[in-house]
Amino acid sequence: MKTEMRFVAFGGQGIVLAGVILGEAAIADSNNAVQTQSYGPESRGGAAKSEVIISNDDIDYPMVVEADCLVALSQPGYDKYAAEVKPGGTLIVDQDLVDAGTPPEGRAFYSLPFAKTADRLGNRIVTNIVVLGSVCSITGVVSENNLAAAVESNVPEKFRELNQTAFSEGFKLGAEAVKLKAAGEK
Amino acid sequence: MKKRDVSTATDSKYRPARPFNREEFDRIRRILGGKVLFVQGDSAVSYGALLAGCRFFAGYPITPATETGEVLSQLLPRVGGVCIQMEDEIASVGAIIGASRAGTKAMTATSGPGFSLMQENIGYAAMTETPCVIVDVQRSGPSTGQPTEGAQGDIMQAKWGSHGDYELIALSPSTVQECLDLTIDAFNLSEKYSIPVILLTDGIIGHMREKVVLPEFDDVEIVWRKEPTRPKDEFQPFTDDGSQIPEVAIFGEGYHTYITGLTHSESGYPATDSQPDHHRLVKRLCDKIRNNRDKIIRVQRDYSDGGAGATGIVSYGVTSRSVNSAVKTLRQEGLKVDHLRIITNWPFPEKEVDELAGRVDRIIVPELNLGQVYHCVKEAAAGKAEIVPLWKTGGEMHVPRGIVELVKGRG
Amino acid sequence: MFRKAKHIREKYLEENMWPSIFCQACGIGTVLNCALRAIDKVKLDIDQTVFVSGIGCSSRLPGYIDADGLHTTHGRAITFATGIKLAKPELNVIVFTGDGDLAGIGGNHFIHAARRNIDMTVICVNNYNYGMTGAQLSPTTPLGGIATTSPYGNIESPFDLSALAIGAGAPYVAKWTTIYPHETMTAIKDGIEKKGFAFIEILAPCPEGYGRRNKLNQGKDNLLWFKKNSIGKSRYEKLSEEEKRACDKIVIGKLNDIDKPEFTAEWSKLVDKHFVE
Repeated sequence: MKTEMRFVAFGGQGIVLAGVILGEAAIADSNNAVQTQSYGPESRGGAAKSEVIISNDDIDYPMVVEADCLVALSQPGYDKYAAEVKPGGTLIVDQDLVDAGTPPEGRAFYSLPFAKTADRLGNRIVTNIVVLGSVCSITGVVSENNLAAAVESNVPEKFRELNQTAFSEGFKLGAEAVKLKAAGEK
Repeated sequence: MKKRDVSTATDSKYRPARPFNREEFDRIRRILGGKVLFVQGDSAVSYGALLAGCRFFAGYPITPATETGEVLSQLLPRVGGVCIQMEDEIASVGAIIGASRAGTKAMTATSGPGFSLMQENIGYAAMTETPCVIVDVQRSGPSTGQPTEGAQGDIMQAKWGSHGDYELIALSPSTVQECLDLTIDAFNLSEKYSIPVILLTDGIIGHMREKVVLPEFDDVEIVWRKEPTRPKDEFQPFTDDGSQIPEVAIFGEGYHTYITGLTHSESGYPATDSQPDHHRLVKRLCDKIRNNRDKIIRVQRDYSDGGAGATGIVSYGVTSRSVNSAVKTLRQEGLKVDHLRIITNWPFPEKEVDELAGRVDRIIVPELNLGQVYHCVKEAAAGKAEIVPLWKTGGEMHVPRGIVELVKGRG
Repeated sequence: MFRKAKHIREKYLEENMWPSIFCQACGIGTVLNCALRAIDKVKLDIDQTVFVSGIGCSSRLPGYIDADGLHTTHGRAITFATGIKLAKPELNVIVFTGDGDLAGIGGNHFIHAARRNIDMTVICVNNYNYGMTGAQLSPTTPLGGIATTSPYGNIESPFDLSALAIGAGAPYVAKWTTIYPHETMTAIKDGIEKKGFAFIEILAPCPEGYGRRNKLNQGKDNLLWFKKNSIGKSRYEKLSEEEKRACDKIVIGKLNDIDKPEFTAEWSKLVDKHFVE
C-alpha cells in the first residue's frame, strides 16, 4: 500500500515542515516514508512544493507520479497540480487562499479555513499544523497519536501548546468535513 | 605580552584526536537521539562521519551541501571535535589534510563549483597519501548551473579532476541510509588505503528525507590508518612494505616526517629530477588501488535467470531508484532485465560490467548527465553488447516509465 | 647568548638535504638561521612542532629542518596549518612563506587566518618577486621595480604585508630585514611565544632575481639598501607629522602586539560548555 501526498503553497507557509512531520509520523507507524521538496531561492513568497510518499513496502522512485492527495494553500499551486490527482484521490484546499472553481470530478474535495483558524488561534504561522490535523482526519494516512507526537517534537518548546491546539482544531475541522460530506452523499 | 599556555587545550574536552572505541560510538548514538531517524541525506552523511570517528570538519557554504556543515557545527563541539567554516573550498581541503596529518579523521562537503576548486588539493592528498573524505553533493553544471537541483555530472571529475596520474575511490549512495553507511565506508577506505575518498551524493538525495537506522557498534567496522611499526630513527614515511600502502606517522609523535606534493623518495624528501623515483611513486599510487580492486569494488546484482533476450541496465546513485522501479514493472510484464547497480564508481567495476555484457545483448545506461559512466561501460563491455545511453539533465530524476519504454521499445 | 652554529646545525638541521637550493647571498638562509636560533632560545619542543609551507624558495625551508614538515600547495600553507593546529592544539605550528605565496595566490587565506587569530607563527620572506619561477612581478614589487613580467617597470601599488596583517586583525606583527639578524630572531621568538596569530615579515635579498634587475645584484648592496631605506618604528614615531608624510622609508620593528581571544582557546571553552558525556 503506497500513498503519495503533495503539498503546494508559497514559500514561508510551512509546508516543507508539514511534510517532514508527516513523514516522521509515518516512520513511527512502522511504515517507510520519503519526503522531498522543491522551492525557489527566496525564503518567502516563491512557489514551494513538498511531497511525501508513505508505504509499507520499499520506496524506489521517491517522487510523486500521481498524487493520492493534493493539499493546496496557493492558487498557482492548485492550478498547476489539481488535474494530476489520481481518480478516487483527495483534494484539500484553503477556502480563502484558493478559488477551486469546478474541482476535478471523481475526487473528494475539501475546502477548509486553515489560515482563518490559525488567525483565530492568534498566529498564522501555525496554518501548516492546522492543515496536518485535517489531513490526518480526512485521509487517515498516519495515526493521530504519532502525528501529534511528531508535531510536538518539531516545534519550539514555547509554541508547543499553540501547536497542539492548532493540531486538534485542524483534526476536528477535517473530521467534521468528512462527516458532512458523508451525510451529503447519503 | 601573554606567554603561550597550551594547558588550556589539553585539559579541555576539546580533543579531536581522541581514540575511537565502543564507548565513543555509543556516545555518538546517544547524542544522535534514537535508533530510527527521519533525516535528509546531508544529515545522514554527518551522522555517518561521526560514527566513523570523524572529529574535524572544514567547509564552505554551498547549496545543496550546506546542511552537512550545519549539522556538524552543532554536533562536533558536543563530541569534542572541531568544525570550522573556511574562506573557500580550497582552504577546506587544505584544513582537512592538515587535520588528518595531525591524527584526526577529517571531512569536507561541497557541491560542483566548490568541488572544482578543491581539485588541486585533492591531488595533493592523493600524492601525499593522506586519508580524508570529500563529499560532493552533485548539482547541475557547468558553472553555477542549478544550485537547488540534483545531477550526476561530476563522475568523471571525481576521478580525473586533478592533474597527473593517481587513483582514488568514489562511492555513490542511492538512499539516505546509504548516505550514512557509505560515509562510514568512505572513512574506512581512506584510512585503509591512505587516500582521499569521494562520496558522490546529489542534490536529490542530499535534501531528501528518509528513514535511517543507526548501526550498532558490532555491525560496523571502524578502520584506523596503519601506524608506524619501525623505530623512529629508521622510519620513512613512504616505505613500501609490500602492501604498497605506507604507514602513516602522525605529526607531533616524534617521527619527524617531511611530507611534500613534490615527487619524493621513500624518505619523503624531494626527488624531482629522478625518472625512476617518479615512476615508482605514481605507479604505486595507482597500483595500491588497482591491485586491491576486488576488495574495494562493491556492486549490487539484480539479475534474471539468464537466457536469451534479457536487457542489461547499469545504474548508480539516485538513478538506481528509478531503475529499481522500472525493473519491477518490466518483470511484472514478463520481460527479462539484469540490473547492475554500481556502488563504487571509482575504481570502475570493469570486470562486473564485462560479466554483464556477456549475459545480455544490450545494456542501457541511464544517468543524470549527457554521458559519463556510459563511456566506462562501453569500454568495459568492449563490443560484447550494444550500449544504449539514457541521458537526462535539468534537475529531475529519470521517470521509471521512460526506462520501461526504452527497454520495451527496443526489446 | 648566541649559540654556536655547530649547535644549531646539529640540533635542528636535516643533514640529508644539504646543500640547499638557495643562491649565493640569498636572504632565506639568514631567516632559517634566525628562526632556528629563536626556537632554540624558547626551548621549543621540536617533536611537538610542525613546519608548514607553500610553494616557492622560502617554502623549501621545512625540508631543511629535522622535524615534522608539510610542504603544501601554492598559497595554501596557512589552511593546512589551520587544520593541524585545530586538530591537535598542543602542537606549535610555524609557517614559512614568501610574498607571492602568501599575498598573491594565498592572500585570502592570509587575511582570514589573521582575522580568526589561530595560534601560529607565520614567517614571510619578502624578496619582492617570484624568485623560484624566475623573478616575476609579485604583490610586493615596489613601484617602478623591474621584474620579468614588468620589464618596463611596475605600475601597480604593492601590498604592505604587515599593514595588511594588522588591518586583518593579527595581534602580533613585526617587520625586519635580514641585515638585522638579532632583531629578526627576537621578533620570531616573540611571535612563537605569542598565543595567537603572529606575523613576521622579513625583507630579504634575492640577488639572482629581483636584485640583478634592479641594481641590487650583490647581496651586500641589497642589505645596505635595506638599511638605508628603513627606519625603526620608535624613531619614526618621534618624527613630526610633516616629517612622517615626507618619509618614504620602510618602517621596521615590532608593529603590533595586542592581546585578543585566540581561536583554539575560545573553541576549547565552547566545547567544554556543550560537550556531552
